[in-house]
Amino acid sequence: MKVKITTVAENKQILNNIFRLSAVFESHIKPGQFFMLKTTDNSFLLPRPISVNDVNGDIVSFLYRIEGEGTRRISCLRQNDEIQLFGPLGNGFDTDEIKGRAAIIGGGIGAAPLLYLAKTLGKNADVYLGYKDSASMYILDEFKSCADETFVATEDGSFGEKGFVTDYVPYGSYDAVVACGPEIMMKKIIDSCGKNNIKCYVSLERRMACGMGACLGCTVETKKGNKRACKDGPVFMGEELI
Amino acid sequence: MVNLETNAMGLSFKNPILTASGTFGFGEEYSQIYDLSILGGICSKGLTLLPREGNKGIRLWETPMGLMNSIGLENPGVDNFICKELPRMKEYDTVIIVNLGGHCEEDYFHGIYKLNDSYADAIELNISCPNVKSGGMAFGIKSSVAYDIVSKVRRICKKPLMVKLSPNAENIPDMAVACEAAGADAISLINTIQAMAIDIKNKKAVFDNIYAGLSGPCVKPVALRMVHEAAKAVKIPVCGLGGIMNAADAIEFIMAGATLIQIGTANFIKPDAAKDIINGIYEFLDNENIKSLDEIRGII
Repeated sequence: MKVKITTVAENKQILNNIFRLSAVFESHIKPGQFFMLKTTDNSFLLPRPISVNDVNGDIVSFLYRIEGEGTRRISCLRQNDEIQLFGPLGNGFDTDEIKGRAAIIGGGIGAAPLLYLAKTLGKNADVYLGYKDSASMYILDEFKSCADETFVATEDGSFGEKGFVTDYVPYGSYDAVVACGPEIMMKKIIDSCGKNNIKCYVSLERRMACGMGACLGCTVETKKGNKRACKDGPVFMGEELI
Repeated sequence: MVNLETNAMGLSFKNPILTASGTFGFGEEYSQIYDLSILGGICSKGLTLLPREGNKGIRLWETPMGLMNSIGLENPGVDNFICKELPRMKEYDTVIIVNLGGHCEEDYFHGIYKLNDSYADAIELNISCPNVKSGGMAFGIKSSVAYDIVSKVRRICKKPLMVKLSPNAENIPDMAVACEAAGADAISLINTIQAMAIDIKNKKAVFDNIYAGLSGPCVKPVALRMVHEAAKAVKIPVCGLGGIMNAADAIEFIMAGATLIQIGTANFIKPDAAKDIINGIYEFLDNENIKSLDEIRGII
């Protein structure tokens, strides 16, 4: 990990409040890792933890939704504007450990960190995406181009199957499940994987300050005591979470 | 080249820049970003006699140019620290100051007894953590109470003793004088300011503990005033902290009378902030043709 002030290669609006920012950052980056992003104009204080969406050579990209002032300011950056990147951070997915067939399940903005993983696992993985409605879908085609099968459910049924995507996953057909999305969704997935005795990896989101394990602000309660989402995670085994 | 070497508490610091307790862990993470041997010193994460899991619920909340935290002194306890963390910290060629909090007098005493025989260079006695009852803030409000605990700790403490003051103290100059009279070798201030945030949609306080500690650039003017007041009141060295983000901020604190400086929240904004600040101080002194910090310390 290193901290670097670099320039924005692209910061493109994908959907209403969803953007993808890319920049040059030479480093070995694992799927599921994240960076701390900050504008250099001091318009907000703490860097924002944003997961890696994709890596192409030396270009790393981040797909993020505007949630507050920090992400709003980041969304205003244009090509060649300065940005402070600190990373890669966190454990990421251990792709060597995810053996056999895998189901990758993303809910809402939780699909963002899963694209690079889907690309890495390729045809060994099927992707299940859950969105609120057809208007809130994004990067579906990119998942389709790398995964074996891509399945979509929307809560209102305006695209794909109607309802929660978690209800459509044939858990028993997989050797491993990887999930990122709302906590309630991940809880359901952890339960289903437990019943089917399948390895389950989930990526969690927390408020962070340092991003690397020093401040203890991003605690995750596990069966083995407090862990840090930033350093021990953000990827955890479903079974270790409380 | 200007010499930033600073002597305080009978110790020699390469420069006056230390990293503040609670923002730097035990240094391990930051050592992957830069060589910690360039630092004047490191103040450890706040320790208590026994391990603590810390607070439940939200622990961090950003405000305009500020950070509220309610970590609740999550720490491995003094014994684990001495066995597992301190040996590694001693490998950094810098002054290691161990921050110790306590719930009652006995907690402090037992912690000090253990640390007396350790490799720690100095103790920072925390009588100011706002986030837990066992953080010691109860000792840091009234100067008579602070005098009592500091003098008792002084009697048994074999290491140089720095006392960390709370901005929530009733009177900063009185508090500083009380700590000096009780035998402190230095004082550091300010710890975080007790603060609050409310989630109006949920109609609940953001933090489970209701109140939390505020740090960052928004507290700097208050911290600077308090450091100035303290430095005028005592002869022992004052270690200034509170929202110092860059070299210019650090120099303000030195002009206000600080001998040492601690960098806290800035470590989160840019992990090598302390390094930038040290370099920035050299640059400022060079540009201003100042040979030593003694020329500008306490000039206001």
